[in-house]
Amino acid sequence: MTPLLSIRDLSVGFGRDPKANEVVKGVSFDLAAGETLAIVGESGSGKSVTALSINRLVDFGGGRITGGSIALQRSDGSILDVTKADESALVRVRGSDIGMIFQEPMTSLNPVHTVGAQIEEAFRLNRGLNGAAATHAAKEALERVRIPDAAQRLKYYPHQLSGGMRQRVMIAMVIASNPRLLIADEPTTALDVTVQAQIMALLAELRSELGMSMIFITHDIGLVAGIADQIMVMQNGVAVEQGALDAVLDNPQHDYTRHLLKAVPHFNGGRAVRSDGSRVAGATPVVTVDNLVVRFPAARGVFARSAGAVHAVDGVSFDLVPGETLAIVGESGSGKSTTARAILGLVGTTRGRIDKASGRSPRPVQMVFQDPFASLNPRLNVEGLLAEPAIAAGERRDAKLRERMTFLLTRVGLPEDALTRYPHQFSGGQRQRLCIARALMLNPEVVVLDEAVSALDVSVQARVLDLLIDLQREFGLAYLFISHDMAVVERIAHRIAVMYAGQLVEIGAAASVLSDPQHSYTKRLIAAVPAIERRKQVFMVDGTQVPSLVRPNGYEPPTAQWRDAGPDHRVRLETI
Amino acid sequence: MNYLVQRLLTFPLVLLGVSLLVFFAIRLVPGDAIIAMLGTEAGLLTDAQRASLAAYFGLDQPVVIQYGRWLTGLFQGNLGISTTYGKPVLEVIIARFPLTIELALLSMVIALAVGVPAGVFAATRADRPSDLVVRLFAMLGQSTPSFVVGLVLIYLLSVNFHILPAMGSFTPLFVDPLGNLAQMILPSMTLGLAFAAAVTRIARSSMLDVLSEDYVRTARSKGASQRDVVWRHALPNALIPVVTLSGVEFGYLLGGAVIVEQIYALPGLGRLTLDAISQRDYALVQGAVLFIAFNFLVVNLLVDLAYAALDPRIRLGGK
Repeated sequence: MTPLLSIRDLSVGFGRDPKANEVVKGVSFDLAAGETLAIVGESGSGKSVTALSINRLVDFGGGRITGGSIALQRSDGSILDVTKADESALVRVRGSDIGMIFQEPMTSLNPVHTVGAQIEEAFRLNRGLNGAAATHAAKEALERVRIPDAAQRLKYYPHQLSGGMRQRVMIAMVIASNPRLLIADEPTTALDVTVQAQIMALLAELRSELGMSMIFITHDIGLVAGIADQIMVMQNGVAVEQGALDAVLDNPQHDYTRHLLKAVPHFNGGRAVRSDGSRVAGATPVVTVDNLVVRFPAARGVFARSAGAVHAVDGVSFDLVPGETLAIVGESGSGKSTTARAILGLVGTTRGRIDKASGRSPRPVQMVFQDPFASLNPRLNVEGLLAEPAIAAGERRDAKLRERMTFLLTRVGLPEDALTRYPHQFSGGQRQRLCIARALMLNPEVVVLDEAVSALDVSVQARVLDLLIDLQREFGLAYLFISHDMAVVERIAHRIAVMYAGQLVEIGAAASVLSDPQHSYTKRLIAAVPAIERRKQVFMVDGTQVPSLVRPNGYEPPTAQWRDAGPDHRVRLETI
Repeated sequence: MNYLVQRLLTFPLVLLGVSLLVFFAIRLVPGDAIIAMLGTEAGLLTDAQRASLAAYFGLDQPVVIQYGRWLTGLFQGNLGISTTYGKPVLEVIIARFPLTIELALLSMVIALAVGVPAGVFAATRADRPSDLVVRLFAMLGQSTPSFVVGLVLIYLLSVNFHILPAMGSFTPLFVDPLGNLAQMILPSMTLGLAFAAAVTRIARSSMLDVLSEDYVRTARSKGASQRDVVWRHALPNALIPVVTLSGVEFGYLLGGAVIVEQIYALPGLGRLTLDAISQRDYALVQGAVLFIAFNFLVVNLLVDLAYAALDPRIRLGGK
């Protein structure tokens, strides 16, 4: 039987001389109808470029196919060599034969058109539906991806929907044309783990319902285990290993595959938590948060009045002792970042107390942000960047300060001569090391790490985590570690606080919370973590919505009731 | 509070600031309204006659009192009497305004009709020869002074080919629409082409940004044709900077276009204001500047409403 897709020796280059700047070098694979191939690799491995070459969207990003062939079997049985097709033939292939979903649901939908209009367009382009028929089809598509109140949601603009909802809209758009091949380019990377599980379940369900083939691109080898039949591992534009899923995962042949499998943080359900530096009873906390409340006015557009308040953080209390890592986990919008920002004084608090130790540093709390590319000023060199916190604290830029800079640079594993270089001369992992060095300039007691390793490739991530643990021991730092990644949290946290819809729902020792979760949300969160061990796990699609955080003005939530679930493990009682 | 009401409440504050500034600034200019009004005959006046003239126009009072009086008048809709025309200032300004607004509107229509398609065309052919040609023209259009463009257009279209009238007394729009339009084409083109050049450049760069957005890639992956991608998906997103630029330029044009009015002998607001300054016609300068400032505020408000119309994120609020 002819495969649906057959790629031979595909090479793709960029720039004025694509031959000289190839990022994909001789990739070959076959994909049968109904089969799923996972392409796994780190950033820059060429996995996305390979995928974008299949429908030739790579042309619009400045790429050129420099060699090889891509034979696609169309629905009428004819074979099209995509590498030689002209643009008008490609327009007919896109959408109707090959559908695609992308990584960033936030930016992948057009902000000026309603989601209804965008789904209808897919029906119009690929099925020739117009007017009421298109609207009806769009509504059905939204229902199929389990969006509640579909008829209403059609009139929404993308910015009014959450990330998970937008990704569902993307999927609705793709299934509109009933494509034979779906390319999913990191479709869940930007999503919370519970939402990720939902999207994965949805994709698996639609795949079997529609008999689609799928190419699933990811950096997360653990995620692949649940969905793929075949796997292809890419590094530097070359497929270093490819084969059936079980063969590759259980018996990896190539060093890089073994490295990836080792580097990817495995979630062990609380059995792999840290054993060092656990909490000393009676230690004086460096940060105490007592009944913190942060609310924002809910403004509703140019012409409307205030419609109440967003209860971003509602009655959160915890403390943090020296040398300890408290991880705050929860999905986006749960209030974990707002809590951190309130501790730093970056957002105003509505109520509650935040006490910070003022022992060894005038600025005891420092922060490292998620995106190492956006959080370093590109016009300052490293010396200027590191001097910034000291200048802000009123220190002089003298030899002593320089000495501290070079000391910290060596500690975070960067060369001393880095001082005169600029951010763009460093890789993502190196930049995050710079951010860490910058946070340590004022010898703080607490470092807030807001998704500080989330943007890094797995192997880089592992090294940065090791560095953080070393620094914590050396300087007696307390970490407030905000993350959505349970495997990472398991590696670094001593204690874990779980937030849901602005409230703390569970807090306690990491081993206890991870191995014996009590609150229903914590249970869902942990069940959703993908793992190589839980292969071919089937997630149920459910439509559970996060409750709205917008409350009428003057609303006060009922007082929280707590119960003890262990020596250091408290759970909020759930109200029905 | 309602955004629109908030904006409207700032109007009086801005206008008050503008009025203060212009009132005192014009009095810093050396010279005297009475001498400017009477020219050489001013020498023939006796001191008593001068004093009574000054008293008639209220110029004998301390400046602060003059300002207070003028402000009181303003609240009653009275901008004072122009010393040059001997008529109420508002009447003089209103008489000139239709021409100015017509000129500004025509120029903007030309600018958008030429600039937006040219910018889109150039952006979709970035770095190819046709893009370079568009960019060259845009550069020329922006860097050539309007009097040069104006004179070249007159020479070509009126003097050489007799297509359009060059000079002659001005025909108002409501008296003879066709004659008026024929007269207005050249000045509108002179202003509009420079304006179009600016629109082209901003539309091109804004389009280039938008064409590399993720949602444009999504549209392509759905099978949208290049035409759909450009006009349906990219252009509405690329228009915001164009609206900003057009608003600012339109605001300036409502203040009159001195050079173009001069070349084509058009009685617009620009020349009126310029003459008023050289005549030390205090009341008229104050009135005209205030009027121009008011127009600017209105145009800025319209620009903000246009943003809301273009972008649902602004219209409906949210992230």
